[in-house]
Amino acid sequence: MDGMDRTGDDDLFARLKAYEGRPATLAGTGKDPVNLPMIRHWCEALGDTNPAYTGPGAIAPPTMLQAWTMGGLAGHTTRTPAYDELLGLLDEAGCTSVVATDCEQEYLRPLRPGDEITFDTVIESVSVRKTTKLGTGYFVTTRTRIHAGGELAGTHRFRILKYAPARRKKAPADTRPRPVVNRDNAGFWEGVQRHELLIQRCADCRTLRFPWLPGCDACGGLDWDTVRAAGDGTVHSYVVMHHPPFPAFDPPYAVGLIELVEGVRIVSNVVGVPYDKVRIGMPVRLEFRRYDDELVLPVFRGELFRGGLS
Amino acid sequence: MNVGDELPVLEIEVTRTLIVAGAIASRDYQDVHHDPEVARQKGSPDIFMNILTTNGLVGRYITDHFGPTAVLRKVAIRLGAPNYPGDTMVLTGRIEAIDGPTAVVRVTGDNGIGRHVTGTVTLTLPAGGTSARGTS
Repeated sequence: MDGMDRTGDDDLFARLKAYEGRPATLAGTGKDPVNLPMIRHWCEALGDTNPAYTGPGAIAPPTMLQAWTMGGLAGHTTRTPAYDELLGLLDEAGCTSVVATDCEQEYLRPLRPGDEITFDTVIESVSVRKTTKLGTGYFVTTRTRIHAGGELAGTHRFRILKYAPARRKKAPADTRPRPVVNRDNAGFWEGVQRHELLIQRCADCRTLRFPWLPGCDACGGLDWDTVRAAGDGTVHSYVVMHHPPFPAFDPPYAVGLIELVEGVRIVSNVVGVPYDKVRIGMPVRLEFRRYDDELVLPVFRGELFRGGLS
Repeated sequence: MNVGDELPVLEIEVTRTLIVAGAIASRDYQDVHHDPEVARQKGSPDIFMNILTTNGLVGRYITDHFGPTAVLRKVAIRLGAPNYPGDTMVLTGRIEAIDGPTAVVRVTGDNGIGRHVTGTVTLTLPAGGTSARGTS
């Protein structure tokens, strides 16, 4: 979340900056007093079994502080025009998305069932325009003071990034990346075009090698010929790609390290079986798949084990 | 308990249920925390955990370890890589400072795509030591 843009000609920033110090909420009140059912729901959701949050002497989990101030689906009526204006300016500028980035809370006294909550929020700062992985926008920091029964119970500093989502690269990127073809591997890709998977073989020591290399790892020999793979293999190892998604790929999908019957291994997609059914040792069979006008790739069709594993 | 002591890790399975239940329990109805379709329209691959849930899990991590008599004084967190459904977040903690009954713990939470959260928790422990499991 780094990267700063120059601010010299950022008129919007100057307008946003003017809101620093202005109230975002005045005399807000909690929708509900601190109460055991909401505490219990919180603890259930988060798997928090701390006995301090149950029973007659229960306190609220301190980290619930902000929850007591939330407007919920109905929203708050105590939000000031200043804060709405600030967000509106950002919306107009295309910064329509929001993500929370920082939360700093201080707990001055425990909240107990029955405590009535009041709070005030001030717009503490607006950052200069920042470019992040998510997009370009502004960090807005607010500070809230939460009172219970007239007594300061906690403070809460909250930072959001209000941003214009970075446009996802599409169009030409919807095609798969091209293989890098050079003098050392051109013969392999020529074979693929003919639907042949060619393995290099050292002309001196006859050792098979894959991927293609200029020389033999076993004897250093520079002369070679090729052997056409029969097409049978097994999954030696694999990973399932979930995230991040790349253009032209549709996760989740399985990437296999396939051991060919000839003894060499090749990285490729395992197709024809669900990504979560791919297993080490699964028999696979070579086939060639056309992805677009130019690109043909060797892939391996898996066969589900019969019986046994499921 | 000494400066430099590491807390046992806590693994949190980031299920869709946890994300939605945490959002609703914190009264956060932002659509990106419960509606995958809208989340995708907004450029996210899926729904993701809200900051209040992360904050609560960091608090739970500390009180799970130090016991119910520990009192949280400050929790400050910063979010990075989002918690998407199907991921696992691994929380780790290290005692950074001790001053009388007050301890400061540095917390990190990593998921499959990176560092979800870094934070600092300040807590006080009752006189006569801690009821922490596995420490003395």
